[in-house]
Amino acid sequence: MTFRIGPRTSQIIAYTILLLMTVIVVIVLFFIIFYILKNGIGQLTLEFLTDKTREMGKEGGIFPSILGTIFITVFAILIATPLGVGSAVYLVEYTRGGMIRRIISFGADCLAGVPSIIFGLFGFIFFVITMNLGWSIVSGGLTLAVMIMPTIIRTSEEAIKSVPHTYREISYSLGGGKLDTIVRVVLPTALPGILTGVILGIGRAVGETAAVIFTAGSSLGLPTSVFSSTRTLAVHFYILAREGISMPKAYGTAAVLIIIILAINFIAYRLMHRFIARYY
Amino acid sequence: MKDKIAEKILLFIALSAILSLALITFFIFQQGIPLIFKAGLANFFSLKWAPTRAGFGILSMIIGSLMVTVGALAVGVPFGLAGAIFLAEFSSKTIQKTLKPIIELLAGIPSVVYGFIGIVILVPFIRNTFGGPGFSVLAASIILGIMILPTIVSISYDALLAVPTTYREGSYAVGATKWQTVVMLLIPAARSGIVAGIILGMGRAIGETMAVIMIAGNALKIPGSIFDSVRTLTSTIALELGYAAGDHRAALFACGSILFLIIIVLNIFAIRITGRK
Repeated sequence: MTFRIGPRTSQIIAYTILLLMTVIVVIVLFFIIFYILKNGIGQLTLEFLTDKTREMGKEGGIFPSILGTIFITVFAILIATPLGVGSAVYLVEYTRGGMIRRIISFGADCLAGVPSIIFGLFGFIFFVITMNLGWSIVSGGLTLAVMIMPTIIRTSEEAIKSVPHTYREISYSLGGGKLDTIVRVVLPTALPGILTGVILGIGRAVGETAAVIFTAGSSLGLPTSVFSSTRTLAVHFYILAREGISMPKAYGTAAVLIIIILAINFIAYRLMHRFIARYY
Repeated sequence: MKDKIAEKILLFIALSAILSLALITFFIFQQGIPLIFKAGLANFFSLKWAPTRAGFGILSMIIGSLMVTVGALAVGVPFGLAGAIFLAEFSSKTIQKTLKPIIELLAGIPSVVYGFIGIVILVPFIRNTFGGPGFSVLAASIILGIMILPTIVSISYDALLAVPTTYREGSYAVGATKWQTVVMLLIPAARSGIVAGIILGMGRAIGETMAVIMIAGNALKIPGSIFDSVRTLTSTIALELGYAAGDHRAALFACGSILFLIIIVLNIFAIRITGRK
């Protein structure tokens, strides 16, 4: 006699296993966040956030790395946003299928899949050496700009696509040209969606290590110009943890990173939600 | 007139992504490929990595990269698919709305934080439970598996949701259970999207650097078991780029070229599979 499991039983078994596995995934995520915050939050004093880094990070705070992270991220966003949003506008408003669209989409998709160490290698040989920008905020920012561009293109594209067609038609019927319509009607309407992409880009830039360490360097001094080398929070955390310089400081820096990432994801989620609620 | 100029400028901007990709390809290959020919294929695909003494063998790193990637898939694919199926087919709207952003948050956590969790929790656990150094193929596989989860979950989830509702209704109408519908209808129908998700996850695993450096041990030999230390292509680049010069640096770009080729091939596969729909 063969033993067979009935469809009802297999349904219950499958459901239980799927539920368990999903619960495990969620627990792992919360555990990572909880563990870092639990061990790091005690380090977060005003002094830690505003003091210079001393003895390679064993003493003092993380102020230079906070500044470095802000400068590099702002630089990257300033370059990547116009390029990303411009690309998205062109893709949605000026192409209807065809070769050009396929090429541009392919570029964005492929770029999105390139690992950060390849961006590091490229930024190092192109910006640092060939263009002679040295290990600097400029080199790091430009490298990150290339890296986060696909995120901004894709999100903006979705946002611009979801602007109802009637909006454009009304603008045309009032005598608006194509560019006027895009600037005055389409972009303002798509703004929350576009911002979501920019904010997600900021998140990627803040958390990035491999692409920055070889383009912006790891200098601990306070940056004096865009050509100064600097050390971002993620790079500082990596060095603290890997070289075992100071575990408490490493936890503290990790907690700062996690809090930034949580805030960024929360804002992006809220923005996207408001946007979706309005147009779907 | 204004519109014509705007269109030209926008076209130029829109080409920036593909231009960047072209520049990256050119510079990585230009720096790396000549060394492969200079060293000779036999040397390049050998086991001897001594780049300051003309030993440019990257075989152990290629094998290392493949091992941690396969390991990551072994962890990430079952959990990722389970998550996607649970979310798409067995959850209410409220659970979907809560769980999706939570899983996407996993993608936002920086890779150095994953590496750090590996160092402080996973590596000691493996060392105490199974012996050996702890820094191992197993540690790297588990952490990479977690890191590629969001990619697999969200792409498979979208693929499952894209299957028309009528398929499900038809299946229920002939008396199939939810699970039978998932296995016999939905997974086959969403196959291409699921495969694309797995391929992209694979690309993420093979290209990940910082987390792997921190927990894989980085010893230059082919691991004998999953508890042995391992070194990948990516970790070699990141560990040595800081001080490498001359042929040594070129050899690191050669590693980068191989990695880049693998990634581009995987990407093209994934794009073609999803594009066919």
